[in-house]
Amino acid sequence: MHELPITQHIIEICEKHCREAGAQRVRLVKLVIGDYSGYVGSSVQMYFDIISEGTLCEGAQVEIEHVKPKLRCPSCGTLFQRQLLSFACPECGTDGEPTEIGKEFYIDSIEVEQ
Amino acid sequence: MHDIRRIDVQEGILEENDHIAEHVNEHLSAHGVLVVNEMGAPGVGKTTTIKNIIPHLKCKPYVIEGDIETDIDTQDLRSLGIDTFQINTYGACHLDAPLIEHQVDHMSFDEPGVLFIENIGNLVCPAEFTIGEHVMMLISTVTEGSDKPYKYPLAFEKADIIILNKVDLIPYLDFDEDFFMKGVRALNKDVPVFRVSGRTGEGFAEVAAWLDKKAAELEVKEHEHHHHEHGHHHEHGEQE
Repeated sequence: MHELPITQHIIEICEKHCREAGAQRVRLVKLVIGDYSGYVGSSVQMYFDIISEGTLCEGAQVEIEHVKPKLRCPSCGTLFQRQLLSFACPECGTDGEPTEIGKEFYIDSIEVEQ
Repeated sequence: MHDIRRIDVQEGILEENDHIAEHVNEHLSAHGVLVVNEMGAPGVGKTTTIKNIIPHLKCKPYVIEGDIETDIDTQDLRSLGIDTFQINTYGACHLDAPLIEHQVDHMSFDEPGVLFIENIGNLVCPAEFTIGEHVMMLISTVTEGSDKPYKYPLAFEKADIIILNKVDLIPYLDFDEDFFMKGVRALNKDVPVFRVSGRTGEGFAEVAAWLDKKAAELEVKEHEHHHHEHGHHHEHGEQE
């Protein structure tokens, strides 16, 4: 449920960029959401359609790029997705370390109509 | 025909929260107050941990209690003479930086110390929102099971200190401490892990000592910071 206020904020950021570009409306919003960001893409999408009504984002399409979290093996450097209940590297068995991959939560770009 | 343009935004959606958190952190650092963001699932003993640490603490404690509803924990702490402030989120699953900034503005920090901020009982969202803390304190328990680092990796990754509570119950449980620690170490190589019991009181003196040390380091850092700034102005003055 914490996607509601954050979706409001996404709309505000898009409107700001749309106005700065002197455009009439936003027709596409591209988001990048890592699985460890804690935000559920489908919830953002649902709230977006409801609360964008009457804003410059009304009717805009939301495109979400999901990013799977990856660990980095400190021994052999392999980047890998973990298995359930294990952090072991599939190549050498060493426990991998967390990386920033999978924690993304940002607006990549928007398309506006002049 | 409409003219369509692509705008490269590349803007973090939580940037505003992070910016306010930084502001809170600077404000309290200047007062020599160490900010501790205490997180953990419901029932792990977050309030109990605060109650057990404070008697051992050498510096002054301040407390902000975050709860979805009620001020039971705040009343509990106040009855012990601990100055406590309540934030109710009425449904929201975590505290965020604007809430803390607003609360902190209404508090007076007359001497250096430790500000405990008890986050909402939840092992997921509080790990994602920085609220201006110097220290992220994670409370985990032997009753939750040893697989928690594997199931909630972000919380364990972000922790600066981990409290393993309810260790007095280990004889009655199948808690696999080696498996637990293996998961913790994979995610967070150097984080100190303190074994405590809210029932017997064991282990909390060590936690308090760790926090006192962190608070003292903060004061030294602030002092050096001011000193540095002063020196900088001086240098600047000479150039003119």
